[in-house]
Amino acid sequence: MEVTTKHAKEQKQGVLKRIAGPVVTAVNLDAHMYDVVKVGKEELMGEVIKIQGESVIIQVYEDTSGIRPGEPVSNTGLSLAVELGPGLLTSIYDGIQRPLSVLVDKMGNFIERGVTAPGLSHDKKWTFKPLVKSGDKVEPGAILGEVQETNIVHKVMLPPNVKPGTVKTIKSGDYTIDEIICVLEDGREYPMIQRWPVRVPRPVKEKMNPTIPLITGQRILDGLFPIAKGGTAAIPGPFGSGKTVTQQQLAKWSDAEIVVYIGCGERGNEMTEVLTEFPHLEDPKSGKPLMERTVLIANTSNMPVAAREASVYTGITIAEYFRDMGYDVSLMADSTSRWAEAMREISSRLEEMPGEEGYPAYLAARLSEFYERAGLVKTLNGARGSVSVIGAVSPPGGDFSEPVTQNTLRIVKVFWALDAKLSQRRHFPAINWLNSYSLYLEALHDYYDKEVSPEWNTIRSWAMEILQKEAELQEIVQLVGSDALPESEQVTIEVARMIREIFLQQNAYDAVDTFCDMKKQYAMMKAIKTYAELSYSAQLVGVSPAQINAVKAKNELAQIKFIKDYTPELAKIMKQMDDEFNTLRSAA
Amino acid sequence: MKEYRTISKIAGPLVFVEKTEPIAYGELVNIILADGTTKRGQVLDTSDELVVVQIFETTAGIGRDSGVRFTGETIKMPVGREMLGRILSGGGKPIDGGPDIVPEKRLDINGAAINPYARGMPADFIQTGISTIDGTNTLVRGQKLPIFSGAGLPHNNVALQIARQAKVPGSTEKFAVVFAAMGITKEEANYFMQDFERTGALERAVVFLNLADDPAVERIITPRLALTTAEYLAFELGMHVLVILTDMTNYCEALRQIGAAREEVPGRRGYPGYMYTDLANLYERAGMIKGQKGSVTQIPILTMPGDDITHPIADLTGYITEGQIVVNRDLHRKGIYPPINVLPSLSRLMNLGIGKGKTREDHKKVSDQMYAGYAEGNDLRGLVAIVGKDALSERDRLLLEFADLFESRFVRQGYDEDRSIEDTLNLAWDLLATLPVEQLTRIDRELINKYHPKFRTGAKKE
Ligand SMILES: Nc1ncnc2c1ncn2[C@@H]1O[C@H](COP(=O)(O)OP(=O)(O)OP(=O)(O)O)[C@@H](O)[C@H]1O
Ligand SMILES: [Mg+2]
Repeated sequence: MEVTTKHAKEQKQGVLKRIAGPVVTAVNLDAHMYDVVKVGKEELMGEVIKIQGESVIIQVYEDTSGIRPGEPVSNTGLSLAVELGPGLLTSIYDGIQRPLSVLVDKMGNFIERGVTAPGLSHDKKWTFKPLVKSGDKVEPGAILGEVQETNIVHKVMLPPNVKPGTVKTIKSGDYTIDEIICVLEDGREYPMIQRWPVRVPRPVKEKMNPTIPLITGQRILDGLFPIAKGGTAAIPGPFGSGKTVTQQQLAKWSDAEIVVYIGCGERGNEMTEVLTEFPHLEDPKSGKPLMERTVLIANTSNMPVAAREASVYTGITIAEYFRDMGYDVSLMADSTSRWAEAMREISSRLEEMPGEEGYPAYLAARLSEFYERAGLVKTLNGARGSVSVIGAVSPPGGDFSEPVTQNTLRIVKVFWALDAKLSQRRHFPAINWLNSYSLYLEALHDYYDKEVSPEWNTIRSWAMEILQKEAELQEIVQLVGSDALPESEQVTIEVARMIREIFLQQNAYDAVDTFCDMKKQYAMMKAIKTYAELSYSAQLVGVSPAQINAVKAKNELAQIKFIKDYTPELAKIMKQMDDEFNTLRSAA
Repeated sequence: MKEYRTISKIAGPLVFVEKTEPIAYGELVNIILADGTTKRGQVLDTSDELVVVQIFETTAGIGRDSGVRFTGETIKMPVGREMLGRILSGGGKPIDGGPDIVPEKRLDINGAAINPYARGMPADFIQTGISTIDGTNTLVRGQKLPIFSGAGLPHNNVALQIARQAKVPGSTEKFAVVFAAMGITKEEANYFMQDFERTGALERAVVFLNLADDPAVERIITPRLALTTAEYLAFELGMHVLVILTDMTNYCEALRQIGAAREEVPGRRGYPGYMYTDLANLYERAGMIKGQKGSVTQIPILTMPGDDITHPIADLTGYITEGQIVVNRDLHRKGIYPPINVLPSLSRLMNLGIGKGKTREDHKKVSDQMYAGYAEGNDLRGLVAIVGKDALSERDRLLLEFADLFESRFVRQGYDEDRSIEDTLNLAWDLLATLPVEQLTRIDRELINKYHPKFRTGAKKE
C-alpha cells in the first residue's frame, strides 16, 4: 500500500500554465527549489527557480518553442547533478553535462531538443584496481581504488556525504561505472560512479593558504603577476584583447594536472579550436596529449541561456571532484560575464527587482560563492589538492567600472587587466603591467627564492620599478621629446622598452615562444638587467645614449625567445655585449 | 483553423489575444484584417488567459475586430535551389515579378545551434584582394567578420569589393551570395543590385530587401530568412556562401523597439538585456561542419552611432564575431580608399588560414611587424604636432615616415584593384625595408634573410 501511495505521488503531474521563453510557470506541482523537472510532452529538462503560492517557476535548459499551456510537468525530485567517475577526461559537454559527441550521434550536426544523454558512458568497462582491502575502515571521501583513465589515474572514492564504514568486499577487474565494486559491512554498496548536485560545494577537511605558483609558461604572468595553485584570478578586457587566447594558453601550458575549460556563452569555433588542437599538443611535463587531462564544457552563446547559467556549476563540480583525488586542477571560465548575463536574463523574466545595470541583486553573492569554491585544500581523504579558478570578464565597452568586473575584483586575488591600446598595437599578451596586480607575491616569495633563484624576487621588483619609471618619463616625453631627458633617463627608457618587447611580449602562436619555463624567464630578465647595468655604468663614464643604443648585442637579445636551446646563443650574446661595452668605455 | 476575435489590446508591434485554446510558444500567427489582408506575427508569451503576439509588419489596420489565426507551427520558410538569382522582400515574398519559390524544403527560420563537436575548423584562406584584409586581417571560410563603419563612409563599396573579388586561391568553387538589407535606403539597395547585375553576381545571389520604408519589425526576421537560406545552400547543397547583412544597426533598433513595447527593463542605452544572445543567434550561424563541403561566411555591416566603437551595437557584435574590419573617418577624409584602419581591426581566425602551404610562411610575422611599425609611427604623429619633426630621433623619424607610407601605399588601393596575396606581402616587405633591419624584432632572422628586399635579390633571380 505504501508503494502505491508513493507511486501515486510520483504520478501526480503538474500542468504548464504559462510559457515565455526559457522561463515557464507550472501549477499543481509538488516541488522544492532547484528540483529538476521534465517540462511538456517532450520532457525538456528544467530546474525550479522560484515558488510563489500555487505557481512553480521553472527555467528550461532547452528551447521552449512549440510548448503549450496545459502540457504536463513532472518532478524528478532530484537536484541538478553531475555524474562523476571514469570517463570525464577528454569529454566535451554542454552546460548540463550532456556529451556533445553523443548528441551528434543521436541528433546530427545541429542541437535539437528533447534528447537526454548521460554524462558518462554506462557501458564502457574500466579496469579497477583496489587500494583497500576487506576489513579496512573507510571514511567518507576515502580512496577505494584506481582506474587508469587516460595517462591520468582516476581515484575512485567513497562519496563525501556518507557515513564511515568497514570494507566487506572490494572487487578487482573490469567493471562498468554502475557495477558494485565495494560493499561495506553494514551492507552499503558502491559503484564507481557518484552523483553530486552542482550548486553545492563538495566538502573538504580544511582549506589552506596557497604557497606554490601555478606555473603558466607565460612570462608576464609567472614573472610579474603570478597566481598560486588554489588561487583565483580575473582577466577582464574589451573584445579582442586576448582573454580567450590567455585562457587557452593557461589550459595548454599551466602545470596543473587536470584542466577544466568552460566556454560559457562564447563562440562555437573557439571550442572547436580546442577540440582540434589539444589532442595534438603535448603536455610539456608528461609528454602526453593535453586532451588527456582536459574536460571541456561548451555552452556557446547560441545555446540555451539557462544551460549557460548552469555550465559554471557543472564545471566547478567536476574540478572539485578531481581535486578530491589529490590533483591540482585549474579551471578557466570564459566568460563569467556571459554567465552573469544569463542570470540577468532569467531574473528579468522572473520580474525580480533589478539591481545595478539590470543584474539581479544577488549577483555579487553568486560570484563570490563561485570563486570560494577555488582553493588549496586538505581533502577528506587527507590528500592535498587544489582548484585554481581563472575567470574571464567581458565588460561592456571595455569599461571596468561595470558591476561584473567590480564584484569580481572584490573577490579574486589576481587581476590581469587587458588593455585595448596594447592589443591594437599587437603587444601580446595585452596585459597592462601598471594596472595589473597579484596579491600572492608575498606567499610565493619563498618558492621563487628556492626554486628559481635567490635573485628572482629582487629582479622582479627591479623590472617593475623600471616600468613604473618609464610611465612617468613617457609623460614628459610626450611634451618635450625624448632627447630632452637627462641621459640616465634616456637609458631607462631604452631598458624599459627591452623589458616590454623582449620579456613581456610573448607570441602565443610561435612554436617556441608559446611556452617559456621559469629558468628561461630568469635568464632573459637577468640578461636585460645586465644590459641595464652595463649601460648605466657606461653612461657614467661619458658614453652617450646614442652610442649605448647602438650596441648590437642588444638587438640580438630579442631573438632569444624564438630559440629553443637558447643557452649557447645567450652566452654568445652576453659575451659580445660585454665586449662592445668595454670598447665603448675605453673609448670614452 | 479556428479564428479568434478576442484581441484585447494593441501596443506598438504587440497584439494581446484573450480566451484562446492552448497556444504554443513561438507559434506563427496570422492576423486577418477587415479588408481580407493578412499580417504575420509570432507568439512571445502564452498562458491560459492571454497570448502575446509580436507582429512583423506595421500594426496599421489591426483592430479589436481583426481575426487571429494560430497556425500551430513555428515560422518556417520554403527554400529551394531556385532561390538563386531571386529578389525577395524582407519577409521572404518574391518582389522581382517572378513566380513563388517552389519549396524543396520548409525550414524553421530560427535554425538550431551547430553542435560545437560537429563544427569543422575554418582553415581556407579567402583572398579578397584588399591588402588591409588579406595581409593584416585575413578572412577565412566559415568566419564571421563584420565591417564596423559610420554614417556616410564607403562600407558598401568595401563589402561589394569583397563580394566581387573573394576567392579561395586554387579552388574553382564560386561563392554564392546571400544579401540581406535591413532598413537601408532604396538608393543604397540599388547600388548593391546594380553591382550584382554588372558583375553577373546576381545569378548566384539571393537577395532579401527590407528597405527604410518597410516595417521596422520585419527586420527581426529578415536576417533569419537570409541565414536559413544560406544554411540550406551550404549544408544541404554543399555551396560556399557569403552572407552580407546590412545594416545591423537598423536590426538592433527594431529589437529595441520591441523591447520597449513589451515594457521590458532596458539594458545599456535602452537596448534589451538579451541583445547579446539575440545577436549571437544570428552571428553563430556562420561556420563549417566536419565532413561536409559547404560553408557559411558572414560579413555583417553596421554603422556605429557617433562612430563610437563602445556603442552597444558594435560592442556586442565585437564580442561575438571573429574580429572586425573598422572603416575610419579620418582616413576617408584623407581621401584614402578603402579607409580601413588596421589598428582596431582584427581577424581572430587569421592564424588558421595563413602560413606555409596556405599563404606564405612569413605572413604572420610580417603582419605583426607592420602593425607594430604603424602603431608606433601613428603615435609619433601626436608628438610631432607638439615638438616638431626635428626633435625626433632617427629611429622615430623613420617610423613616422613608415606610418605615412603604410597609409598611402599599403592601405590605399583602387576600387577594382585585386591584389594577390603575393603582391600584398611583397609590398609589405618593400615598406618594412625602409626601417633598419635591427628594428624588425617581430621577424626572425631566417625569414628576413629570405624575404627582405635587401637580402632576397639572390632569391629573385632563380
Ligand atoms: N598572447 C598572444 N599572442 C599572440 N596573439 C594574441 C595573443 N593574445 C591575443 N592575441 C590576438 O588577439 C586576438 C583576440 O584575442 P582573444 O580572442 O583572446 O580576445 P578576447 O579578449 O577573448 O575577445 P572576446 O571578448 O571578443 O572573446 C587573437 O585572435 C589573437 O590574434
Ligand atoms: Mg574570447
